[in-house]
Amino acid sequence: MFGTALIVFREVLEAALIIGIVSAATRDIPGRSRYIWAGIGLGVLGSIVVAGMAEAISGFAQGMGQEIFNASVLGVAVVMLAWHNIWMSAHGRQLAADAKAMGGAVSSGSKAMSALAIVIGLAVLREGAETVLFLSGIALSGESSPASMAIGGITGLAGGAALGFLVFAGLLRIPLKWFFSATSVLVLLLAAGMAAQSARFLIQADVLPSLATPLWDMSSIVANESAAGAVLKGLVGYDAAPAGMQVAFFIIVFAAILAGMAWVGRSNKTT
Amino acid sequence: MKRLALALLTTLSLAAFAADEPEFKLVIENHKFTPDRVEVPAGKKVKLVIENKDATPEEFESKQLNREKVIPGKSTGTVFIGPLKAGEYKFVGEFNEKTANGVIVAK
Repeated sequence: MFGTALIVFREVLEAALIIGIVSAATRDIPGRSRYIWAGIGLGVLGSIVVAGMAEAISGFAQGMGQEIFNASVLGVAVVMLAWHNIWMSAHGRQLAADAKAMGGAVSSGSKAMSALAIVIGLAVLREGAETVLFLSGIALSGESSPASMAIGGITGLAGGAALGFLVFAGLLRIPLKWFFSATSVLVLLLAAGMAAQSARFLIQADVLPSLATPLWDMSSIVANESAAGAVLKGLVGYDAAPAGMQVAFFIIVFAAILAGMAWVGRSNKTT
Repeated sequence: MKRLALALLTTLSLAAFAADEPEFKLVIENHKFTPDRVEVPAGKKVKLVIENKDATPEEFESKQLNREKVIPGKSTGTVFIGPLKAGEYKFVGEFNEKTANGVIVAK
């Protein structure tokens, strides 16, 4: 039971971090909770579907379907996060400055929210499908009773939800003055980190070369298997001994989104 | 000229397909890896071929290698790792961590 809880917690950790950050970053967008819940709901449904199709997906692309699937899911999430951040750098300041008098922003706000609902849905999908496979494996093996499995699963899920809420509540305590910048930076890092993780899947599948691997090794400072390593992986795609390609993906996506934000922010000021 | 280009292309694509990374086979049976200690060359890309003989899915996972892959029941999966620095890298079957574990030794 405890083992089940721990594994479920580890699987939902990344999704919980993402949901916490997105919820905080969008606190001024009206009706955002509907989108967040829709994202979570669709992600859970998608997890069950993907878990059911696991064999078909694995067999795809000469047995590399799983990697291609994960890399694509991450790639779509990167695009959505990038779009959100660039959109926010044009509209976010007004949103934060005047949350009430912005009837006109509601429609465009809902566009940004749909992008983020997709990000949430994909995050839940990615981790959720593995959780469903794991739980169905236990159920099939009959090694633990359904009750203890359910309790373990719910405990792990509750732990993940609590962590997500802590991230959310912690971010809301940031003074308004810095709030916009802080959440933009977090979303930017999240996107770059996802790009790095997507590169990692493509290297694992031998679709991309790894380039100068490992570029460095920080295992003795923050190991991948440590709690800090797990959280950093969720936040910035941390890998203690990354392949050169992972780092390249991180830097390119980081720079591209930053350039987009600067460009939109500037053209917005002049008009 | 055309023929030369064609010959060059064929050679290149052949080279790409006949990738010569060393291959290592692992079998999962009764939620255990055999062998549970795999020696691989350091500084080289390596191909792991993992056959799951159990009926239940397993997730090959190594935090140290930053690799994870679900291997459905009764199927085989491939994971590329490295190039690795010399050292030991633990791996587990995440769905049955107590029994399914092993180590990759890069030399």
